[in-house]
Amino acid sequence: MTGTIEATGTAARTVDVWKVYGSGEAQVIALRSVSVELGKGKFTAIMGPSGSGKSTLMHCLAGLDSVTRGEVFIGDTRLTGMNDKKLTELRRTKVGFIFQQFNLLPTLTAEENITLPLSIAGRKPDKAWFDTVIDTVGLRDRLKHRPTQLSGGQQQRVACARALVARPEVIFADEPTGNLDSKSGAEVLGFLRNSVREFGQTIVMVTHDPVAASYADRVIFLADGAVVSELFEPTADTVLDKLKNIEVNAPSLTKAEAQQ
Amino acid sequence: MIKATLKSLLARKLRLLLSGLAVVLAVTFISGSFVLTDTLGRSFDKLFETVYENTDIQVTTKPPIEGDAGFALPTSIRSEDIAKVKAVPGVEKATGQIAVNGARVIGRNNKLVPNTTGTRLGANWTGDDEVAKIRDGQAPTSDNEVMLNGQVAKDSGYKIGETVKVKTPADNLIHEFKVVGIVGNSGGRDSIGGEHIVFFTEKAAQEFLLGAPGTYSLIDVRAASGVPLATLQKDLRAALGDQYLVETGAELAKKNAAPLKQIFKFFNYVLLGFGVIALMVGIFLILNTFSIVVAQRTRELALMRAMGAGRGQMVGSVLTEAFIVGLIGSTLGLLAGVGLGALGAWGLAQTVDGLEVAGLAVPPAAIILAFAIGIPVTLIAALMPALKAAFIPPIAAMRDAATADRPLTWITISGAVVTLIGGTFLFLGLNGTGSGTTTLLLVLAGVLVLLVGSALLTPFLCRPVVSVIGRLFSWSVPGKLGRRNSSRNPRRTAITAAAVMIGIALVTGISTIVSSVEASATKAIDKQLAADLVISGEQTSEIPPTIDPADLSRIRNIDGVDRTVAVTYEFFAKAGDKDAFVLAYDDWAAARAVLHLEQESGNIGEIAPGQVVLDKNTAKDANLKVGDTVNLQLPKGAKQMQVVGITKESDVANGWTISMPDAQALFRSAAPISAYLTIDSGASAAAVKKAVDADLRNSPEVTVQTRDEFVDSQLFFFTFLIGAVQVLLMVAIAISVLGVINTLVLSVLERTRELGMLRAIGLRRSQTMRMITVESVVISLFGTLLGLGVGAGLGISVVKALKDQGFSTLAMPWGLMGAYLLAALVIGVGAAVIPAVRAARLNVLNAIAYE
Repeated sequence: MTGTIEATGTAARTVDVWKVYGSGEAQVIALRSVSVELGKGKFTAIMGPSGSGKSTLMHCLAGLDSVTRGEVFIGDTRLTGMNDKKLTELRRTKVGFIFQQFNLLPTLTAEENITLPLSIAGRKPDKAWFDTVIDTVGLRDRLKHRPTQLSGGQQQRVACARALVARPEVIFADEPTGNLDSKSGAEVLGFLRNSVREFGQTIVMVTHDPVAASYADRVIFLADGAVVSELFEPTADTVLDKLKNIEVNAPSLTKAEAQQ
Repeated sequence: MIKATLKSLLARKLRLLLSGLAVVLAVTFISGSFVLTDTLGRSFDKLFETVYENTDIQVTTKPPIEGDAGFALPTSIRSEDIAKVKAVPGVEKATGQIAVNGARVIGRNNKLVPNTTGTRLGANWTGDDEVAKIRDGQAPTSDNEVMLNGQVAKDSGYKIGETVKVKTPADNLIHEFKVVGIVGNSGGRDSIGGEHIVFFTEKAAQEFLLGAPGTYSLIDVRAASGVPLATLQKDLRAALGDQYLVETGAELAKKNAAPLKQIFKFFNYVLLGFGVIALMVGIFLILNTFSIVVAQRTRELALMRAMGAGRGQMVGSVLTEAFIVGLIGSTLGLLAGVGLGALGAWGLAQTVDGLEVAGLAVPPAAIILAFAIGIPVTLIAALMPALKAAFIPPIAAMRDAATADRPLTWITISGAVVTLIGGTFLFLGLNGTGSGTTTLLLVLAGVLVLLVGSALLTPFLCRPVVSVIGRLFSWSVPGKLGRRNSSRNPRRTAITAAAVMIGIALVTGISTIVSSVEASATKAIDKQLAADLVISGEQTSEIPPTIDPADLSRIRNIDGVDRTVAVTYEFFAKAGDKDAFVLAYDDWAAARAVLHLEQESGNIGEIAPGQVVLDKNTAKDANLKVGDTVNLQLPKGAKQMQVVGITKESDVANGWTISMPDAQALFRSAAPISAYLTIDSGASAAAVKKAVDADLRNSPEVTVQTRDEFVDSQLFFFTFLIGAVQVLLMVAIAISVLGVINTLVLSVLERTRELGMLRAIGLRRSQTMRMITVESVVISLFGTLLGLGVGAGLGISVVKALKDQGFSTLAMPWGLMGAYLLAALVIGVGAAVIPAVRAARLNVLNAIAYE
């Protein structure tokens, strides 16, 4: 799968990553020798059935989880072997998150939630950039509201703005539309795609929804902890076909390994 | 249903522990106080049973004047009384014995040999018996020989053959004796209960102890075998008449143990006080824990409701949990209380030489109270959250949405009403004209209701006060987040802070009152005492400490001493039928000047024999005015006295002042007891004090103090009281810290996902800890500020209301209040440690993972 890197370079990559939980009989291999490169300024979706390891892969990429073997990089920074303090520092400066459950602080207003990562890092928001982000997500008139006063879609847009405003190298979105109705979901996805197109933001999204994946530039398919396939410029139909294919053909290790 | 409750309870051991601890602490102190009193009581009973083990019946004369606090004048039995007793059928043996308190052994350092019990008996030696035997040497054969009991020998270091100085009670003068023997008690003991005893010959005892030859203090009666004691007692009473007391050994043991038991009752009240505070603070803690527990279980409970459980079953489930917590807490508290009580009894027994602690036993009252308090309190505290949970619609509870804040209107209104009721009680109690008990009850009820009212008002005050306190910490992001978190759930924050408030309010209130009393007294003494130096001693028995007249005349001639006023007093006195405190000064004119005694009415210029001068309060109590006559009964006789003058109120000289000649004729002894000295202007108080001290060589019982030292020593009790109040605070703090920890731990649990998100977007572990710490500090500062406010308000209103009862000065304990604020910071930081570490160690992945 090498050779797919765009001229713009790599935002994050894994090299022969293994993730193993437990030992002996209870051993579960969540990731088997995964090597992926995620292009800078691209919107990449990671798909796969439940238990395929897609969330584990994202957590390892984001520095939230350690790997059993192999190496993880964000830009040129090697995450593997970093201590908690350095990882925290990295998450502050280079990584943004969007969660399925929005995860906004109920005590803060929308504006305070958006600038929270910057506040934590002790940085001042860039006013012009902040305004751009706010206008893009269309939250101008909701800034002083608390999360409980916002709809689900609005909350998730606040979460998107929070991830964007710090201008991280990569934004990781974990099932961002999982808790939204289809209309709100489409808004959020459209907004994510725009931020890639217009601002050159790198976004990695984990999803099991083919429609959501169709917004991405590239889809990586995982099964049983290994990369089994990928698609460029996907549509919902091509993604669905691919998925059916993966589920029908029991994923084989040899296939995954052969593809490397 | 019960099975489900039990499983849920066991699954959350931490919460069981935290809510149970409050019950344990409260029950510990309450049952501990009962075990302590019981154990000490039985120890004293045993002590006096030993003392009177060999006494069948004892005969004494009824004292003409009974003093207070267990002091009694020595009685005198004559030889013919003994003959009369011997003539009664059934008497096998009747021995005249002499035993008088106040035989004070002077140590080698020329100071009184200290004794923890204040009992310094002089007695005649009547031979070995089962309890007391000569350990070394021999019995005194001549009147200048004595034996010491083991305790005196141990405390003074005197040995056989040495000369010992004893200040004897009959003449209150120092005499020298030769030590010829040491007496020990059965079981190798030095004394039975720490007492000092000096044994004389019979003749010397009559001379030095009673001051009357041929008399005795009591007759020890041995009944003939087979004669019932009750019959003999009746026969003796008939033979002797009603001027005599005929008591059996058992009666005497009981009678003498009673006052000692009474003294130690004080410690019982202290422990009970701790228990009540612990209970009050504990109720909040339990209430809070159960609110949180129910909130956490809302979904679980809703699921059960959806599956068909009724509201009654819901409430039952929570109450079952409360019952189990109460039962376990009470049991553990009872066990800890037995330990605490036994330890306390042992500790107190150590302060009394020779007292043996009775075996451990648990009085039924302790067991009954432990459960009667522990279980209902837990049930009541759990009832409210249980009812609340039962009325949440099942579907609302199963949704993820946090229950929206209910408005605080209702709780605020009821808080205001309750506060008003409490205030009214307090006002009525302080300003009313009811009896002492009614006043006390009203004040106590007022304070209690006021505290509950303020607790109900806390949620209302929470937002504004917390936001103000929080600004102090808002300079950092974690601080800001912590502040926001603390005002997130005003009810929970308020109830946690209320627990802190109660303790702080009580001690602030008490400290305000005590420090005002102290300030008022200091001011009064300052104003009323012009003396630069005061010579006085501590009164430890019915014989007051005295200053040797020769020492005093030497002191009068010291360079730099201006005036010297000596005072003597007698408290075995009755004016009419009431107890009286009678004084006499050697120089009344100088006394009036030094003590700033001013005339209220009549003429206080001079007191001639047969005349008496009173202070205003004493006159008012006795209902006397100038010109009235009163019968003054004193140890050596009674005399009609005419009131010639009344002085203004005085805290230094209050009582019945008579002339010196009358005192010499009627007091047991008119030797000077205290002396007030003024010094020449320009003389150094320190230098004069040193000279006076050197001249007090024959007055081992007294010391000289500067005015400031004297004031301090007079106010020692208040200092002690303030110290005791601080210990009370410790208990309250310990429990409220548990409350803060409890709230924080559960908040951290509730906000797991939120903490995970914060960590994911870059909050450091140290910042996480800081965030929790700020929340904790804000809560404890909030509670402390409220407590300081409520406590100061209570203290001030009491002081103001009692302005006429001597509370002339309001003194706020600023230093202590500042210390409490600092303590609040420490509590806050301390309570945050465990929850903060838990929050910082949180596994980010698990925290943000979906359910």
